[in-house]
Amino acid sequence: MPEINLVQAVNLALARAMAEDANVILLGEDIGVDGGVFRATEGLFERFGPERVLDTPLAENMIAGVSVGLASQGFRPVAEIQFTGFIHPTIDQLANHASRLRTRTRGRLTCPMVVRSPAGGGIRAIEHHSESVEAFFTNIPGLRVVIPSSPAHAYGLLLSAIRDPDPVVFLEPTRLYRAFREEVEDDGASLPLDRCFVLREGGDLTLVSWGGPLKETLAAAERLASEGVGAEVIDVATLKPLDGDTILASVAKTGRCVIVHEAPLTGGFGGEIAARLAEEGLTSLLAPVARVAGWDTVMPYARLEQHYLPSEARILAAARQALSYQ
Amino acid sequence: MPPAPDLHMTAISGEAEASPVARFEIRYSRYLDESGKALRSLPDFARDKAELVALYKAMVLARAFDAKAMALQRTGRLGTFASALGQEAVAVGLAAAMRAEDLLLPSFREHGAQLWRGVSPYELFLFWGGDERGSAFSQSHDFPICVPVATHVPHAAGVALSFKLRHEPRVAVAVFGDGATSKGDVAEALNVAGAWRLPVVFVVNNNGWAISVPRVQQTAAETLAQKAIAAGIDGEQVDGNDVVAVREATGRALEKARRGGGPHLVEAITYRLGDHTTADDASRYRPDAEVSPHWAQDPIARLRRHLVDRDWWQKADEERLIAEAAATIEEAAGRYLATPPQPAETMFEYTYERLPQDLARQRERALGPAADTAG
Repeated sequence: MPEINLVQAVNLALARAMAEDANVILLGEDIGVDGGVFRATEGLFERFGPERVLDTPLAENMIAGVSVGLASQGFRPVAEIQFTGFIHPTIDQLANHASRLRTRTRGRLTCPMVVRSPAGGGIRAIEHHSESVEAFFTNIPGLRVVIPSSPAHAYGLLLSAIRDPDPVVFLEPTRLYRAFREEVEDDGASLPLDRCFVLREGGDLTLVSWGGPLKETLAAAERLASEGVGAEVIDVATLKPLDGDTILASVAKTGRCVIVHEAPLTGGFGGEIAARLAEEGLTSLLAPVARVAGWDTVMPYARLEQHYLPSEARILAAARQALSYQ
Repeated sequence: MPPAPDLHMTAISGEAEASPVARFEIRYSRYLDESGKALRSLPDFARDKAELVALYKAMVLARAFDAKAMALQRTGRLGTFASALGQEAVAVGLAAAMRAEDLLLPSFREHGAQLWRGVSPYELFLFWGGDERGSAFSQSHDFPICVPVATHVPHAAGVALSFKLRHEPRVAVAVFGDGATSKGDVAEALNVAGAWRLPVVFVVNNNGWAISVPRVQQTAAETLAQKAIAAGIDGEQVDGNDVVAVREATGRALEKARRGGGPHLVEAITYRLGDHTTADDASRYRPDAEVSPHWAQDPIARLRRHLVDRDWWQKADEERLIAEAAATIEEAAGRYLATPPQPAETMFEYTYERLPQDLARQRERALGPAADTAG
């Protein structure tokens, strides 16, 4: 079994989905001959041809809208938005149409489409190429919002997203694209879209994160372990619909929770998790729920981005603060 | 998609003097004047009494629906409604030109087209009455009414792409208003339809007003049809109150698209005789003196006079038709008013195909003992 990185896993899942279902088609900017700016679609144009891998004119709203039209007729379009800085024009189509077609026609028309986009910071990109936008989408009923954190998760979750009968926003952390490799079997096995993953077990503290900052979160857990503190690490993976049970069960055990995300603090999805803990897990809590997040600033240019992204040090400080409550 | 085969690039000559590299013109056509008199040789379909009578009946039915919907709204029994009074020829003309297997993506003033294509007046009342079942058409595969302006136009390109990829001889038809042509959705949809030579027909229902903004303030372009030109698509204008002209132009566009000739845009020039919707009061921004002359352009009276002149329509026919249309609409309205709202749980049932556990818990709260007071 070959070891592959996250972007190769995305490519593998796309190829698998296209091979097993002729209705799966890709569309986006520069995804054809060029193979996508991150090479997520490399080789797919050559393998599946120009009627399955469509280089579109440069218009993100149109890409999303055309995907809605295709999906309504039984295709399973997988649209690539080149960077999340350019994803905002799709929100109109996702909020007003993709997420609502099923309910407003009472199931007569549906919208099985995926919008993929590289997301988040940490690769020293030019401005508008490093944002974390997941919270915009988690407030849209009818959507699924999925963020993988490893090659194996990217493969299994993307297959599920493409096979799902409803629209999915699939945000791929760019800084994990080539961060590490792991063995991924191309067996077509999918991962559930309604489950958090416990990446590491521990009894003293729960660290909850998703996507890019799981790297720093896992490093912090390792460090805590060396100090004799057992940190449980939860990868939320599917933010919407949220598997609150896995998080609540963990916090029931540990009594302490630090939520880590890259998106700005205010209105970030960490607030939703904290609210669930306040509503349903308050009696388990031994310390206030803490959030380590991007600041409520504009995402800085490359030279300052490390001051913005949640660092291992900030996660450790929050964890130690949580552990300090007796 | 491979590039459109007939895409022709103009070579740069390199000569010092600027020379024209593109020219276009927009043509306007009409067949019947306001008195119903034929101005030119009529298209084949208009030589057939049955075809013209069918168009007439459909416009009368659309107006009967409109009048009943207005009456229900004014008496608190229907939600906000967008009247299509005076614009019936646009909807009926384009629908009559379509084949059953084609697909209509309407805006919100096309009930004449929807009724022609198998949406029932009962379903339309349900929709305007605030019930999603009004878009769960039992006899139509068309898209539902689209409220956010222009956002459905890219869907038409996507639907057309699906027809093209499957090699089906079908055409998507998107209808949108004059205001919509200012939005990026329309520009982006026209552009991709041209680039990919998609089987789609764009119909602009230019009724002169986008709520309070008149056509002249919407754009400096002389015509809305020319917006197609920039996308490499043919555009033309027709008298939108002449159902023969609408039917002919959209029919020609549909057959071109069906043969693989690519997209086409028809700008149908009509006039909004009523308010934007029942929530609007046009007297705030539009003097009656502007509206009055447009009554003389009424598409229904125009075709009736034409039919009468050809001895194809008598007083008795008119009386029978009015009674039939009223009966159809009254029956549908009665059925709508007698239809209880859907159970509250249907809010949850259709959000996803499979109800997620998270949402299932919200459903329990919505339907549980505290449901009456819970927010």
